Amino acid sequence: MSEPSGPLDRFSILVVDDEAVVRDSLQEWFSQEGYQVEAAASAPEALTALAKSEFDLVIADIRMPGMDGVELLEKIQAEKLEAAVILITGYASVESAVRALKLGAFDYLTKPFDPDDLSAVVRNALERQLLRRENRQLRDQLASGGVLSEIIGVSEAMRKVKEQIEMVAAVDSTVLVEGRSGTGKELVARAIHRLSPRRFHPLVVVHCGALTETLIESELFGHEKGAFTGAQHRRKGKFEAAMGGTVFLDEIADISLKTQTDLLRVLQEREVVRVGGTQAIPVDFRVIAATNRNLEQMVKEGLFRADLYYRLHVFRIYLPALRERPSDVPVLATHFLEKYSRKMGRHFHGFQRAALDKLSSHAWPGNVRELENCIERALVVSSEPVIRAEDLVLGEGRALAPLSGYSLECVEKNHILRVLEEFSWNQTQAAKALGIDRVTLYHKIKRYELKQSAKALSSPEAAVKGTRG
Amino acid sequence: MILVPVGEFPAQLLAELSRRSGLASGPGIDAPQSAYHARRNQYDSTQLLCRLKQFQPGAVMGVTQLDLFIPVLRYVFGEAEMGGRAAIFSVCRLREEFYGLPPNPALLIERAMRELWHETGHLLGLAHCRDPLCVMSSSHAVEQVDTKNGSLCRDCQCRANVLSEERGIALP
Ligand SMILES: Nc1ncnc2c1ncn2[C@@H]1O[C@H](COP(=O)(O)OP(=O)(O)OP(=O)(O)O)[C@@H](O)[C@H]1O
Ligand SMILES: [Mg+2]
Ligand SMILES: [Zn+2]
Ligand SMILES: [Zn+2]
Repeated sequence: MSEPSGPLDRFSILVVDDEAVVRDSLQEWFSQEGYQVEAAASAPEALTALAKSEFDLVIADIRMPGMDGVELLEKIQAEKLEAAVILITGYASVESAVRALKLGAFDYLTKPFDPDDLSAVVRNALERQLLRRENRQLRDQLASGGVLSEIIGVSEAMRKVKEQIEMVAAVDSTVLVEGRSGTGKELVARAIHRLSPRRFHPLVVVHCGALTETLIESELFGHEKGAFTGAQHRRKGKFEAAMGGTVFLDEIADISLKTQTDLLRVLQEREVVRVGGTQAIPVDFRVIAATNRNLEQMVKEGLFRADLYYRLHVFRIYLPALRERPSDVPVLATHFLEKYSRKMGRHFHGFQRAALDKLSSHAWPGNVRELENCIERALVVSSEPVIRAEDLVLGEGRALAPLSGYSLECVEKNHILRVLEEFSWNQTQAAKALGIDRVTLYHKIKRYELKQSAKALSSPEAAVKGTRG
Repeated sequence: MILVPVGEFPAQLLAELSRRSGLASGPGIDAPQSAYHARRNQYDSTQLLCRLKQFQPGAVMGVTQLDLFIPVLRYVFGEAEMGGRAAIFSVCRLREEFYGLPPNPALLIERAMRELWHETGHLLGLAHCRDPLCVMSSSHAVEQVDTKNGSLCRDCQCRANVLSEERGIALP
């Protein structure tokens, strides 16, 4: 039984000493500790090694002929290398060691030292290096445009959303993201995770709307072998799988009252009991939930547990519908134009005035997703380097698929597709309108292989093909 | 591999180590004067390793009761060439007497066997293990030696099996 070896194993150390015995014994000692070690016989040799590959730690004697350890430290600092520096001194050179600390050495050791002291100093230095590395990664991400720059929007509402994301990412509270279908709820949830201290752990997504009650329970909490028909192996649930990360519960309004109760218990106790199991397993996670329904209203109607609602909306981020933030439409359109021209390897200059006007006057019931699909389609059909108004196919003007058969199945399939289109593929709303439950709708979509495909909607001809399946 | 005492070494302890490890013990060698550091009253383990290699053409495990050091460290329990053929360990700091306690021969032999295993592991090419119960966890203090349960953890055992076959060095 051994612990998984920690991240310290992957560190590399450069030993610098003019005395071969010291060099060799330290090199031997560090390689026994499991580190990657190289040795250099002088400061210039060390600089050559540092130029060739990156080291996490340099451990150097202060007294060396030619360039000494302190000068080496200064060079390392001047080059802005990431390596931490530990200096070894004799009694005679303690003064220069203290000077070295002021210059930025991590620590110094006076010869001879206890093996335990060497271990401890090296471990401390490497732990600091690990922290620095993580911070650098984050800085790089932010400098390269960063997580938030993927969320496009210049409206006051979106500026506030970005501010809220930054604020809530740092704390560990539960977040409820509300907004109509296609407003960017999942995008926001991912951004929160990636900016949070949990970012080095998994983000697990549960689409609550797509699963039956039994399945969702086992998806969330896991199950023991034989817990229900079909449970042939024991399985970890998403809360266990998150392992210190974030669980994103999408379409939270779609879970049954029974599952709501179980979920509430997990949020309170921070423990899960697998379906068919008895043992409580401690779990460490953060929850971000999303919904396109009005949960408050559902609470009033007794469809959603009030106590769960209050637990979820500790921090609430509301994404307004696209038509409520018209200034975002042109920037989003340009963003998607660039995104898809890059993908298709084509070059587009932009939009004609009339095209932009057309985009601005549309109501966007399917919000940003609809806009994204619309731009992608326009790029597919356009032969010009500029997008014209007629390249843009918008909801109301779209011809519905003509009937392609008279069997009940065929009619059902077409009808479902129409209703889905009507509700911009919001399955909950579509199911309600169809008078069937959401899970049934979900299975019908699967069975008829219905897809919200860009191409299928780009021309009437393709749409016919789409319905014939 | 052969067990070679360096300097004076109690015959009974040597016989017991040989019996438990199944390693034959060869004739002893003297510690060279050049390895002695008068101010520290210790022996440089790296130099002793060199001497052992001159003396023995094959794999060799030195045992000694001299106190060992390497220039930068105040002391070491032992030293091995990682993946090499020579290692040495000292029982000096494994004795209860060293810490002002009454002698405990049974404990001494347990500790010495763990060190023998440990250095053999290094000879095979095993690095220090993070499992404090594993014989390959680092031993910089006698408390760490006592924490180990005298055998390799499963991971180290797997690696050791492969390496010992490759290198032709038997595990004690
Ligand atoms: N502000 C934005 N900037 C860039 N892309 C966006 C923005 N908002 C949404 N999108 C894009 O629109 C699409 C839909 O977004 P997302 O899946 O996050 O919406 P949603 O609110 O979760 O929708 P649903 O309720 O239907 O699941 C995605 O491709 C997403 O990248
Ligand atoms: Mg979504
Ligand atoms: Zn060791
Ligand atoms: Zn081990």
